[in-house]
Amino acid sequence: MANADFEGRVYPANASYSVGREKIREFASAVGATHPAHHDLVAARGSGYPDLVAPPTFAVVVAQRAESQYISDPAADVDFSRVVHADERFTHHRPIVAGDELTTVLHVDRIVSRGAISMVTTRCEIFALPTGIEEPVGDAETPGEPVATVTSTLAIRGEDA
Amino acid sequence: MSRPDIATLAVGDVIGTRTVTFDRANLVRYAGASGDFNPIHWNDKFAESVDLPSVIAHGMLTMGSVVGLVSDWAGDPGAVVDYQARFTKPVEVPNPGAASIDVTGTVGAIDTEAGTVRVDLAVTVDGAKVLGRTQVLVRL
Repeated sequence: MANADFEGRVYPANASYSVGREKIREFASAVGATHPAHHDLVAARGSGYPDLVAPPTFAVVVAQRAESQYISDPAADVDFSRVVHADERFTHHRPIVAGDELTTVLHVDRIVSRGAISMVTTRCEIFALPTGIEEPVGDAETPGEPVATVTSTLAIRGEDA
Repeated sequence: MSRPDIATLAVGDVIGTRTVTFDRANLVRYAGASGDFNPIHWNDKFAESVDLPSVIAHGMLTMGSVVGLVSDWAGDPGAVVDYQARFTKPVEVPNPGAASIDVTGTVGAIDTEAGTVRVDLAVTVDGAKVLGRTQVLVRL
């Protein structure tokens, strides 16, 4: 049973994630995204992007790093081996591109347990840091330029569920 | 790539269909690319030990793959401004063999003022829905 005391918790902006060209290509290939803007710099720039553009669900890579701050905390009582993903939502304030330096503020929005199943909703607010800066700027909950919001609900099944 | 003209679209229009397949190698590849190494996606014994029928695909692999129908139609992967899905049924991936996922995209809503179109995806395996409320908002 997930620890309900974690509901409402907001984590400080985490260590930044550097979006690399090869990671975008690798992720795009893994999800079968063949659009040249993911793979070819000239094509990406021709489409108006400063660099290779990430596929629509790439932000999950950034979000899962931030979510692990909560999920891997033993006090949270989240048994990762019994976690099933229930839903996911990406809201893009602007596309993620190679060269972005992204930091995430993790919010634990909701923890509900019914019977042997706990439903946990987290929200990752992802921000881009200004070029050349790898530490958060601005205030604690808005440490840069808003890039994406990733909302995820996990279902954690108890041993007898 | 050419882009659809919002003025010529109507709610209910089918933008296209596609079938995507996953074998075990696709799952391992996605695990590496995404950093999600949960063993339920590559280890049968482990999957069975937590009461799953077998290894299942990452929900995010399914979600990440089926949206290609929409971003290819839109002609620009950066046009996807909002994308949501519910994971309603796990996709079992046989070994050997592959799971076959059918995708149909239908125009669900049009906002000409905002220049956005909502495409609703029907995502099924053998006729059974595996993703629910799968909505992709694109700016055209």
